[in-house]
Amino acid sequence: MEEQSIPIGMLLQKAAKIRAHILEMVAEAKSGHPGGSLSAVEILVSLFFYKMRHDPKRPDWPDRDRFVLSKGHAAPVLFSTLAEAGYLPTSELKTLRKINSRLQGHPDHRVPGVEFPGGSLGIGLSAAIGMALAGKVDKKDYRVYALLGDGEMDEGETWEAAMAAPKFKLDNLTAIIDRNGIQQDGLTEQIMPMEPVGYKWKAFNWHVLEVDGFDFRQVIDALEKAENMRNRPTVIIAHTVKGKGVSFMEWDPAYHGKAPDKDTVRKLVKTMLEE
Amino acid sequence: MLVQLASMRDAYAEVLLELGEEDSRVVVVGADTSVSIKTSLFGDRYPDRFFNVGIAEANMMGIAAGLALTGKIPFVTTYAAFVPGKCLDQIRNAIAYPNLNVKIVSSHGGLTVGPDGASHQTIEDVAAMRAVPRMHVIVPADAPSTRSLVAQACRTLGPFYIRLSRPSVPTIYSASKDVEIGKAKILKEGSDVGIVACGIMVNEAMEAAEALSKIGVSAEIVDSHTVKPLDSETIIRVAKKTGALVTAEEQNIIGGLGGAVAEAVTESYPVPVSRIGVRDTFGESGEHKELMAKYGLTSKEITRAAKHLVDSR
Repeated sequence: MEEQSIPIGMLLQKAAKIRAHILEMVAEAKSGHPGGSLSAVEILVSLFFYKMRHDPKRPDWPDRDRFVLSKGHAAPVLFSTLAEAGYLPTSELKTLRKINSRLQGHPDHRVPGVEFPGGSLGIGLSAAIGMALAGKVDKKDYRVYALLGDGEMDEGETWEAAMAAPKFKLDNLTAIIDRNGIQQDGLTEQIMPMEPVGYKWKAFNWHVLEVDGFDFRQVIDALEKAENMRNRPTVIIAHTVKGKGVSFMEWDPAYHGKAPDKDTVRKLVKTMLEE
Repeated sequence: MLVQLASMRDAYAEVLLELGEEDSRVVVVGADTSVSIKTSLFGDRYPDRFFNVGIAEANMMGIAAGLALTGKIPFVTTYAAFVPGKCLDQIRNAIAYPNLNVKIVSSHGGLTVGPDGASHQTIEDVAAMRAVPRMHVIVPADAPSTRSLVAQACRTLGPFYIRLSRPSVPTIYSASKDVEIGKAKILKEGSDVGIVACGIMVNEAMEAAEALSKIGVSAEIVDSHTVKPLDSETIIRVAKKTGALVTAEEQNIIGGLGGAVAEAVTESYPVPVSRIGVRDTFGESGEHKELMAKYGLTSKEITRAAKHLVDSR
């Protein structure tokens, strides 16, 4: 039933536009993190254009759902999504990482729609817990979503937070792990093996779901299941590919933090938007 | 005269209850030290606004940031041994950078935590927190001023670090309305030397003033409870009036109140400054009075430093 109402066409279109923005803004900035931005596109699109209750005209609306980008280096995907949603003009995206711009290398509070200044890894889930706790205290029904990188699971604080959320029965909290398998120095399973990821979260008493992070139906279905779970937080392990959508970037750790040149991007974007 | 002793953490726990009563936005986050610091009293009274996150200081600060982002006024409390030491990153990035309304209150600061030894004797916290943009740093001298400064911090938007010491200390302020955040308090007028102190060293400074007056030296005593933003105006005025300053704090002499005062006078009215504090070394186990004597945190040391400054004029 739910599936039929998912506007897949619109979501696909948004995803293509956002991918193009990411490539263009990173190329313009000559630095930034395209790989981990491209892997998270469908996750953000599912949230901002389907699942989340939010209003770009009222970024401070107390009853809004909250999205915390814990993997703050993926700022380009957040800024592009916020721009497509109407929080800021898309023309501003080219100011990313430039002096006097509010679009910093990592997201901060100057940008409407940014809920938390992610950047130093490991903090976002804790902050999301704080927001979810406040929601419980105030008896509000908003939901809190936190997107974590898989490399971020190396951080001890992630597991401090993983222990705390089930203690407080935060069923209004959904963590999503962008499981793209690559961190800055290489493959996650070589740098710091983290499998079995699902079992780890299960052992911490989370409701665990695994999805293909590029399949809108799967992502949205998991988000719905998370919402229906009572007394437990949900973690969605979204299997993705770093650099998704750009053949030479996919699975290449070099594109964790490297910008492609403008000419290449121009050709890529042309193909992308035509498809 | 009978000296009245009172505990800063008792005062803190009491004022938290009052703040919790008058403002429902006040919440308390603790890390397995709540019984010792007595914030558990807040938890008993307001169980739905008290969160014990276990021995996880980084998570505690991150959670506090999230609570503040949703309009709460979180008081985050544990031992100074772990704050900011184990969570400076979270304080910097998640609290100070977005200028959040989080009140960090650390207890058992400095050497006087005593027998626990160097691992638990934090002497770097004031310097570390001073160096973080947007952070207010407060080191109260006694129980009544703790009560007042904590209440004022609750009503002042922005991040605060408030540092308390473990021992019960002589009461200096009769009425808590005598202290105001950002305003150094002249506790005694004097003309020959200015003694600028914070925390438990304010009482030592008062005793030093008495000793100095017996040898004909008139000392002006300043309680600089707000280490940041420093009340430079008052400090400079005292420097101009007395021509020499002694600073006294239960902290490393590097980067704390002594550093702040030296920076302030150097930039606008240079006078000799003698810093009393822990002389860039780690502490050890011992009773608090023994430690203060061994590491030079006494009225005697302040007196000696003040006399030396006056004599070498």
